[in-house]
Amino acid sequence: MKNFASLIKTLDSTTKTNTKVTALAEYFAKASDTDKVWTIAILSHRRPPRPVNTTLLRQWASELSNIPSWLFEESYHIVGDLAETIALVIPSNPLQTDKSLTEFLEEMIHLKKKPEEEKKEYLYNNWKALDYYERFVFTKLITGGFRIGVSQKLMTKALSKATEINEDILAYKLMGNWDPKTITFQELILEENENDYLSKPYPFYLAYAIENEVHDLGDVQEWSAEHKWDGIRSQTIFRNDELFVWSRGEELVTDKYPELEKLVGIIPNGTVIDAEILPYANNIIGTFNDLQTRIGRKTVSKALLKKTPVILKAYDILEWEGNDIRHLPFIERRELLEKLFQTISVIENLPFQISETIHFNSWEEVAKERERAREMHSEGLMLKRKDSHYLVGRKKGDWWKWKVDPLTIDAVLTYAMRGHGRRSNLFTDYTFALWTTNEEGQKELVTFAKAYSGLTDAEFRKVDAWIKKNTLERFGPVRSVTPHHVFEIAFEGIALSKRHKSGIATRFPRIIRWRHDKKIEDANTIEDLKSLISSTSITTTE
Amino acid sequence: MKNPLLQFTDKGIYCSVAKVYLDPWKPVDKAIITHGHADHSRYGHKSYITHHRNVPIIRHRLGEINVSGVAWGQTFTINNVKFSLHPAGHIIGSSQIRVEHKGEVWVFTGDYKTENDGISTPYEVVKCDSFITECTFGLPAFKWTPQEEVMDSINNWWLENQAEGKTSILFGYSLGKAQRLLKYLNPDIGKIYTHGAIENMTEVLRPLVDFPATTLITKETKKQDLLGNMVLAPPSAHGSTWIKKMVPYVTGSASGWMTFRGARRRRAIDKGFVLSDHCDWTGLLESIKATGAEKVICTHGYSDIFSRYLREQGYDARTEETQYGEEETTEIEEKIIA
Ligand SMILES: [Zn+2]
Ligand SMILES: [Zn+2]
Repeated sequence: MKNFASLIKTLDSTTKTNTKVTALAEYFAKASDTDKVWTIAILSHRRPPRPVNTTLLRQWASELSNIPSWLFEESYHIVGDLAETIALVIPSNPLQTDKSLTEFLEEMIHLKKKPEEEKKEYLYNNWKALDYYERFVFTKLITGGFRIGVSQKLMTKALSKATEINEDILAYKLMGNWDPKTITFQELILEENENDYLSKPYPFYLAYAIENEVHDLGDVQEWSAEHKWDGIRSQTIFRNDELFVWSRGEELVTDKYPELEKLVGIIPNGTVIDAEILPYANNIIGTFNDLQTRIGRKTVSKALLKKTPVILKAYDILEWEGNDIRHLPFIERRELLEKLFQTISVIENLPFQISETIHFNSWEEVAKERERAREMHSEGLMLKRKDSHYLVGRKKGDWWKWKVDPLTIDAVLTYAMRGHGRRSNLFTDYTFALWTTNEEGQKELVTFAKAYSGLTDAEFRKVDAWIKKNTLERFGPVRSVTPHHVFEIAFEGIALSKRHKSGIATRFPRIIRWRHDKKIEDANTIEDLKSLISSTSITTTE
Repeated sequence: MKNPLLQFTDKGIYCSVAKVYLDPWKPVDKAIITHGHADHSRYGHKSYITHHRNVPIIRHRLGEINVSGVAWGQTFTINNVKFSLHPAGHIIGSSQIRVEHKGEVWVFTGDYKTENDGISTPYEVVKCDSFITECTFGLPAFKWTPQEEVMDSINNWWLENQAEGKTSILFGYSLGKAQRLLKYLNPDIGKIYTHGAIENMTEVLRPLVDFPATTLITKETKKQDLLGNMVLAPPSAHGSTWIKKMVPYVTGSASGWMTFRGARRRRAIDKGFVLSDHCDWTGLLESIKATGAEKVICTHGYSDIFSRYLREQGYDARTEETQYGEEETTEIEEKIIA
């Protein structure tokens, strides 16, 4: 555990990729095989199920640190991370412990079934005995989710350095379904085993946003364009009469989309399709908001399946007739994909469509097509070099995303909340409102979105100082403020929503600029916001 | 109803009987000043009263002002109100202000810390009825490690960087933190270079405290001269071209905010050291208890949270908004003299 905690500390205290790779490689070279497997599992988000729920963790942490629970909650809000808060508030009396990472994790796995009293005692004893950083790591192992700036790619790189196995091969081995409790380092990393590959996806090839003018990409004839659909990027595997659906987050989501089972037996074995999962009710592509109702559910009800069915909108084909064809040029892969689509499209109502590629004679035409993105219900365009291979991870050069400019609206600041960490003394999380006319015919402000980012530090300080002087009411960490300032808010998508007070849900709202030039009377109305929803895409979510 | 002895007005904390302001944030006739940080000692007052040791500091910062210095514990009376200054332990020359009238005693802390840092006169408990306290770090998440341990880790960090042939750049406010760091950096490891803002302030304080030698970085300073050595710089220098010229370097920051993992990462600092010139949670609670005060007024920091906690502990506690606590932000805006 000591070595693991000190690894996490090093990873967490540097921004330099090289230092991280070196620290990981050194750790992998020294650690026991079981510790290595667990470390790989944790860094690739395969932690064991949470043995204690966070409500209990919070309750026990505030008991042990002898502070009221509201004060613990306030501290948690300011620190922003539960494990870090617990590590900070618990009074400690560190003892030496030689328990390994594997031992700790095995204890945590057994802990899950233990009675509450025993869980509490286990936590108390460890919290008290570990030093600050070990206590943080220990609690993180319980709550899950290490966000320490170590991507799968970086970890693979370090592992490759320590084992001298090629990085791409390692990336492939680490994908998919494996259980750190049962698999050995030998089986996971060192051995070749054909059967293991049945459900294994290929690493996703991800594109960067285009940085310069599209013209800089050179001859338009060398490029293929298609719409960038706003759903879930996925890889669907057809092998051995079985279906495996992977999301980009490397999560096996087959069970969430039972309608795709229909494709088994129709799409031949030995096929892997790169596609977007899209909501598709009444032959219309829905919004991401619609899809959200499907993402959260483990089991899907018949009613929901009927209300929000999904389809695959296929981009690419990575495996054909059991062969990895990622090295073929993009247009050749596309030919195979289109041929496949033609043969199966004779069957009606298949949840399978092709994402049409569009060929152009000039970049101006491409730009025009991009303008149609909203009408098409896409986020913009994907540009792919016709001769590009299907690469591993996020790579620059051959694939680019060219999103549409965001939608914007001018809104009034109405609530503010403290930020996290260094900004915890500043009010940096804002809620914005738009005008509407109430039943008595009076104009009033209705909140519609929250946004955090988009202002400079200096602007945040100014707004913060203003908020502190213009607070109307305090509700814990939240303050309502006098409506006075107008901000331009940008967002990526918009949909009607019954869950929201304004009746509208926006996607990725963020502050674009502070409109000093506008008075609150000049801010937009809810009606203005609704008019941004193009008439074709009106869908309602619960 | 009679006015309280000290009131919170839009100009600052005011004693209406004596017609004197404590650390006012708008220009007034007569101001008593706790310490030299920009949010506590501002421009434009007609006269300033402060501790002797703070006089050269605010002269350096504010230029030719009408200021008189007093000693610790020395009582001066204005309109029958008795005032005296007592060490606050925050930075060199920092005081608490004791105000007494008709048997009623108030204390305003300014900024303070309970740990003896060896350069600021140590904090002294002053008994009172009403205590106006800062609570910059008024959360149970803040617990300081003894200065000696922190300084050991800073010196070790310097040695490590030196072994890698890199320059160590350590950020700390040019008044207070920088001198505290300087005092305990080990000059046997290497040379200590300074940014102009820190060099100038340290020069002002050299007659008061014995510091290791420093070398000002000028246009003539060569990058190679810095390798393996230490550079003390104000936080505002982070990310500046002045710093970028020093590659290869490693950055560190010494501040109470470094308690939070996110704080260091957001500022892209390589190493964070938790070292503060304010009280931690326990420091605040213990000093409040020691004053014997029944009334506690919480100013800058997590004042809402902290005063609620105090009320639950049986104090008559409340929050007042002030314009203090911009220490960090004003420091960021401090001009870079390259
Ligand atoms: Zn101060
Ligand atoms: Zn202050």
